Amino acid sequence: MNAGIKTLRIDGRDVGARGDQTILQVARENGIFIPSLCYLEGLSPVGACRLCLVEVKGAARLLPSCVTRVEEGMEVTTRSERLDRYRRMILELLFSERNHICSVCVSNGHCELQGLAEKLQLTHVHFPYRYPRLPVDASHPRFVADHNRCILCTRCVRVCDEIEGAHTWDVMGRGIEARIITDLNQPWGESESCTSCGKCVHVCPTGALSEKGRSVAEMAKRRQFLPYLTMMRTQR
Amino acid sequence: MTLDELERLAAEERAAQRKTACWLHVCTAASCLSAGAAEVKQALEQELAERGMLNFCKVKGVGCMGLCSAGPLVAAQPEGFLYGRVTPDDAPDITRSLVEGRPLRRLAVPGDLPFFRRQFKIVLENAGRVDPERLEDYVAAGGYASLLKVLNEMTPQDVIREVTASGLRGRGGAGYPTGLKWSTVAKSQDREKYVVCNADEGDPGAFMDRAVLESDPHRVLEGMAIAAYATGARHGYIYVRAEYPLAVARLRAAIRQAERAGLLGNRIAGTPFSFHVEVRLGAGAFVCGEETALMASIEGRRGTPRPRPPYPAESGLWGHSTLINNVETLANVPVILREGGEWYARIGTPNSKGTKVFALAGRVLHTGLIEVPMGISLREIIFEIGGGVPEGRRFKAVQTGGPSGGCIPEEYLDTPVDYESLSALGSMMGSGGLIVMDDSTCMVDLARFFLEFSKGESCGKCVPCRVGTAHLYDLLDRILRGESDGAALAMLEELSDLLRHTSLCGLGQSAPNPVLSTLRHFRHEYEAHLEGRCVAGACRTGERR
Amino acid sequence: MTAPHAAPPGTDKRWKIVEAAMRRHGYRRDALIEALHSVQETFGYLDDDSLRFVASALRLPLSAVYGVATFYHFFTLKPPGRHTCVVCTGTACHIKGAPELLALLEREYGLKPGETTPGGELSLLTARCVGSCGLAPVVVFDRELAGKLSAEDLRRWLERRLAHDAR
Repeated sequence: MNAGIKTLRIDGRDVGARGDQTILQVARENGIFIPSLCYLEGLSPVGACRLCLVEVKGAARLLPSCVTRVEEGMEVTTRSERLDRYRRMILELLFSERNHICSVCVSNGHCELQGLAEKLQLTHVHFPYRYPRLPVDASHPRFVADHNRCILCTRCVRVCDEIEGAHTWDVMGRGIEARIITDLNQPWGESESCTSCGKCVHVCPTGALSEKGRSVAEMAKRRQFLPYLTMMRTQR
Repeated sequence: MTLDELERLAAEERAAQRKTACWLHVCTAASCLSAGAAEVKQALEQELAERGMLNFCKVKGVGCMGLCSAGPLVAAQPEGFLYGRVTPDDAPDITRSLVEGRPLRRLAVPGDLPFFRRQFKIVLENAGRVDPERLEDYVAAGGYASLLKVLNEMTPQDVIREVTASGLRGRGGAGYPTGLKWSTVAKSQDREKYVVCNADEGDPGAFMDRAVLESDPHRVLEGMAIAAYATGARHGYIYVRAEYPLAVARLRAAIRQAERAGLLGNRIAGTPFSFHVEVRLGAGAFVCGEETALMASIEGRRGTPRPRPPYPAESGLWGHSTLINNVETLANVPVILREGGEWYARIGTPNSKGTKVFALAGRVLHTGLIEVPMGISLREIIFEIGGGVPEGRRFKAVQTGGPSGGCIPEEYLDTPVDYESLSALGSMMGSGGLIVMDDSTCMVDLARFFLEFSKGESCGKCVPCRVGTAHLYDLLDRILRGESDGAALAMLEELSDLLRHTSLCGLGQSAPNPVLSTLRHFRHEYEAHLEGRCVAGACRTGERR
Repeated sequence: MTAPHAAPPGTDKRWKIVEAAMRRHGYRRDALIEALHSVQETFGYLDDDSLRFVASALRLPLSAVYGVATFYHFFTLKPPGRHTCVVCTGTACHIKGAPELLALLEREYGLKPGETTPGGELSLLTARCVGSCGLAPVVVFDRELAGKLSAEDLRRWLERRLAHDAR
């Protein structure tokens, strides 16, 4: 229906795109950086982290580029003083929400949250830290879930449901009390549905899900498998 | 049931009702029931039976008469004498007054109160008059005639033209033009379409939809059926709060009655048009009033909103084209088709046509349910219809739009009630909660109250709303406890701006409104709290109220 | 319509009510909330066994069922007390004194919203708005609603109700 070729303008550059592509996809194809955390190529987009919001000429509101399809003649701005400010504030909100202490985190140096903070030059968090008391679930023989580092991007939920087909993960509660769970909110190690495939660990952008036995800064994630798996699924 | 049969049923019912010279209408909507209306009704029936007066006078349970603060309410018809705060012990006196043909002064509520005189009833035209539990009574009052007229005489395009001409806008709060919404769904090529009635009235302080469903459930069903015919839908859902058991029971009964009478279901009134309606219960989540969250909930999932587009008209329930209208919007529809869109468009203001139902509550003399023409001023609503602020207190502000709305101070009371004017004041029409506050209410405390609500109702999906509402609440809490300095106000404004512009759905985008509107109109109350004082004298500083 | 693979968690006849609710919706996945309503109405709360049963009858993942059961505040995973007191915290009730009512319940019974007295006698819940704003502030005790209550009114009312029970 809208799969024809469209031309649009991103940050003043004319680019071509297929009509079924999103702004974020086209921007990345053209080497234009838009920050995001919940988006991951190969998983259904949810538009939740709000970091990829962009300005589109003629639109009343900022639009999440991960779910907004390109249109002919669209004029997109991915960087502005306002967008930078909002993005830094959103990152600050994430840092203040739980307990992100990079220096003692298994993902230190490999963390997407940390990486974006550096890239967007976030120097300090001026919102008060909430310091919730959250558990670390080390009941699984191979993996650890540390809720202190979770940013509720739901990549684990989606990869487990959409790619692995196990749907071990979901979100319980709501609002600031929301948390990721396995099965009936039971310890991960007791989960009946988990196949121990480890996909959730490797799509997790932070140190919330990691492999056991990793020490500080040792948990690098392998994500190359995902586009491959998605392709296998769609060709099946 | 064909048009002829419907007219015959209406005539028979009217004739039967005329045989009884006198009727006692007892309000059986939730507010009066909780004040003891069921016992009053029983006592009146018993009294009439014991006196052998049942040939002369009958008791009828009816929907909301509006003046909830004076419940339980009883009206003696045809004279229209209205009695308030009736107890079962009053039954003998009331029956005696019927025989004597004089009003019972002791219980009388003056019928010429501005509360009644200043109203204009379209949505509530049957409330307090028909028995919500009997289809026949609705039919006798002209019910379902619009549906059968539409099915027999009009094309779907005709119907949409009429609704568009009426200028009706969504009564759920945002005010989207109803005719435009209908025509978008009608244009969809989807073979499976749905009509959804949003009855998830979650604003604290709003009970308009509940009153409509409890008082006149068939009107909503008729509106839905007309919407379905106009848009080409075959199935409908009413998504209603589980907290409204009486509304749910009456809706379910009404659906059964309408199906039995052939006014819902297959081949309605002998035409090829079929329409099935199901009730779906909400489960206590304010965010489900947002249309994409509502659809997720009907599908049995967590009620989290998703980005739009695609809009429900394009991809709604189970991916199919879906029309979502609120209860009050649909309740207007049968009247618009009966009287014509042009007639409706003459009521109200150029951009906000028709009437609006408000739930008037808080520090005001007469609380209850009112329906007024758009364009009436807030001052008329509060001081004439509502009778002003009681106990010699001073009016301070009126809150409209619930947790998405704002507080309006005295100097703006002459603002006409319409969508644009209220938005310009930093509030919004909302679904119709109107809460009056006097000088004993602390506006910072009120802002915290709403943020406590928004924080608790945030679905947690998007970051700004999930974390931002929690921070806003904490900031307000610390200000109220006298633990903050001027930097807190700047941070409130900064966070509010972020939420408004980056949240995923309307809940997060409008959650800062109670903060921003109180900061705008009552900044001195915040500043006083920073110094450890409460202007309203409501908060003891240094500890939580 | 597929028959459920799942057997109810026990021989309690009341499971038939829950099964009937699911059957009415053809065991479709979108019947989840209706099924949970039916469990809660029948048993007063949702425990792990009932969640497992519903999940397996509707062929839904356990975590999805748990996610839904905890998203909606109408559902409770804890058994309620013998009596339930719901304080409305809608706007009208808030400005007309609901905070005083909650303070009283905490003072007299040591209850915060969501809690039950140690003996299981009384549970305290709050409601966002019960829609009886004309009678604010409003409390619902078991299924009976009372309005225009002062803290002192509520204290006496509860005392009477609970004393009646003790006899």
